[in-house]
Amino acid sequence: MSEKKIRIMVAKPGLDGHDRGARVLARCFRDAGFEVIYTGCHQTPEQIASAAIQEDVDVVGLSCLSGAHRYLFPAVAKLLKEQGADDITVVGGGIIPEQDFQLLYDAGLKAIFVPGATLDSIVEWVKTNIKPRD
Amino acid sequence: MMEKVKKIKSGDVRTASRLIRHLEDGMAEARATMKHLFPLTGHSHVIGITGSPGAGKSTLIDGLVESFRKKGKTVGVLAVDPTSPFTGGAILGDRIRMQRHAEDPGVFVRSLATRGSLGGLAKAVGDAIHIMDVMGKDIVLVETVGTGQQEVDIINHSHTVIVVLIPGMGDEIQAIKAGILEIADIFVINKSDREGSSKLRRELMAMLDMAPLSSFPAGWRPPILKCDNAFEPDGFVKSLEIMSQTIDDHYQHLIKHDLLGTRVHRKSAVELNEAIKCSVLEPVLAKLVANGELECMIEKLSKKETDPYTLAEEIAKRYLKAK
Ligand code: B12
Ligand SMILES: Nc1nc2c(ncn2[C@@H]2O[C@H](COP(=O)(O)OP(=O)(O)O)[C@@H](O)[C@H]2O)c(=O)[nH]1
Ligand SMILES: [Mg+2]
Repeated sequence: MSEKKIRIMVAKPGLDGHDRGARVLARCFRDAGFEVIYTGCHQTPEQIASAAIQEDVDVVGLSCLSGAHRYLFPAVAKLLKEQGADDITVVGGGIIPEQDFQLLYDAGLKAIFVPGATLDSIVEWVKTNIKPRD
Repeated sequence: MMEKVKKIKSGDVRTASRLIRHLEDGMAEARATMKHLFPLTGHSHVIGITGSPGAGKSTLIDGLVESFRKKGKTVGVLAVDPTSPFTGGAILGDRIRMQRHAEDPGVFVRSLATRGSLGGLAKAVGDAIHIMDVMGKDIVLVETVGTGQQEVDIINHSHTVIVVLIPGMGDEIQAIKAGILEIADIFVINKSDREGSSKLRRELMAMLDMAPLSSFPAGWRPPILKCDNAFEPDGFVKSLEIMSQTIDDHYQHLIKHDLLGTRVHRKSAVELNEAIKCSVLEPVLAKLVANGELECMIEKLSKKETDPYTLAEEIAKRYLKAK
């Protein structure tokens, strides 16, 4: 009787307090049948990476609307890599100008979603690109 | 596989968390690994924490973790939240309250979803406790879902059960009816900044006064602890020092009066039961589902062509070789 589920973490790094989007996403991922670990606001990249490993998630979803994504997103990806967990997919979203996309992809992020991205398209991306691991 | 066992013994979080995942997913290899881990268990003090949603369980656990860490003990936390019956998904939010320990290598927090199991825990919790035990955690804290009723599975897995109550839930007697009070080794009255906590304490006292002495194992009458407001750090930290001391006292009491064995016995019985279900009942059911027989039987039943007792006996005859 085996049934695999996608485990996904939604985290807000840094001092940014805009948590509405993160909460909406957490609920939407639950409704898509995922198991969602929500860690709330004001997390350091270290806390996020460590929690992702403890929870054995398939995906870490970072949300940042304050403009600090250029530093915070790569920091999480780097820490995961250092701890041998770069098989965990990192994606991000929030207020992110297009000229920053390449920098984030280069840092290891697999996708970026900005305001206007529909919830359906986000869930669709996860379902297509993430398989619960063995 | 022995590699995995070795890694878990050395406390490797990735391997442990992955194994818990495989157990949640019901994968056969994970059970095979458990065979090697089971003999290595028996070190941890397992503490169950139950109480209605929002009672402050996760906040208390966060404080307890701090208190146990101060004493140099390593801690594992298993936090269970409900799976949505409609979508199969879950939001596991207990961790929010414990994130300040995320970077402490002496603390391992793992969230689990119930995935349809009733009784307030997830099916994999029993094995997850064993895994944390083998990792060498001195303390394993288990937080139940907290739906109130029937939340009694926790006693099958813990040495010490803490029931968290809060004042102002309307009629406190409700909890007594739900049978949750019988399972407590320690009561905590939480949010005592709220009105009604003295009244709740009196009611609990009265209830314990009425209980027969025989219901207190070797004279352990569940203490009632009041926990100071979590938002006033000084009082809260002090409350938690007392709480963690009381938890230790309870464990010492179990050891001194040879009661640990009865708790382990209880867990063993449940585990065997589960394992039999998994190895005997589930394969039979799976076979009947796969070849369509089960559906035929249900059809027949709904037309009243036969009865469930006869059908079950027929299946038993086929699959169980009587000696
Ligand atoms: C609501 C809001 C607030 C609310 C926040 C309420 C809350 N608890 O969330 C309040 C009023 C508190 C607030 C305060 C501030 N705000 Co404000 N706020 C907004 C506003 C209007 C909407 C944000 C929102 O909730 N959107 C709805 C959610 C659902 O969308 P979302 O978060 O963008 O998420 C979507 C995508 O981005 C993506 N996504 C986002 N994260 C993730 C993560 C993952 C993993 C994935 C897959 C996808 C994804 O998916 C979602 C669906 O499409 C925006 C403007 C705007 N149009 O975005 C400004 C905005 C974000 N705020 C801004 C600012 C400056 C502030 C303040 C600093 C103002 C001030 N000077 O005090 C404070 C700071 C607060 C703090 N502590 O951090 C600026 C940020 C500028 C910047 N980054 O350069 C903005 C852009 C306004 C502007 N144009 O100037 N704000
Ligand atoms: N007033 C008050 N609120 C508290 C106290 N402890 C926790 N809370 C709040 O109660 C809510 C639920 O707490 P949580 O620990 O998540 O409860 P759980 O659902 O039982 O795990 C949170 O908003 C806490 O901040 C307390 O001592 N006093
Ligand atoms: Mg909780």
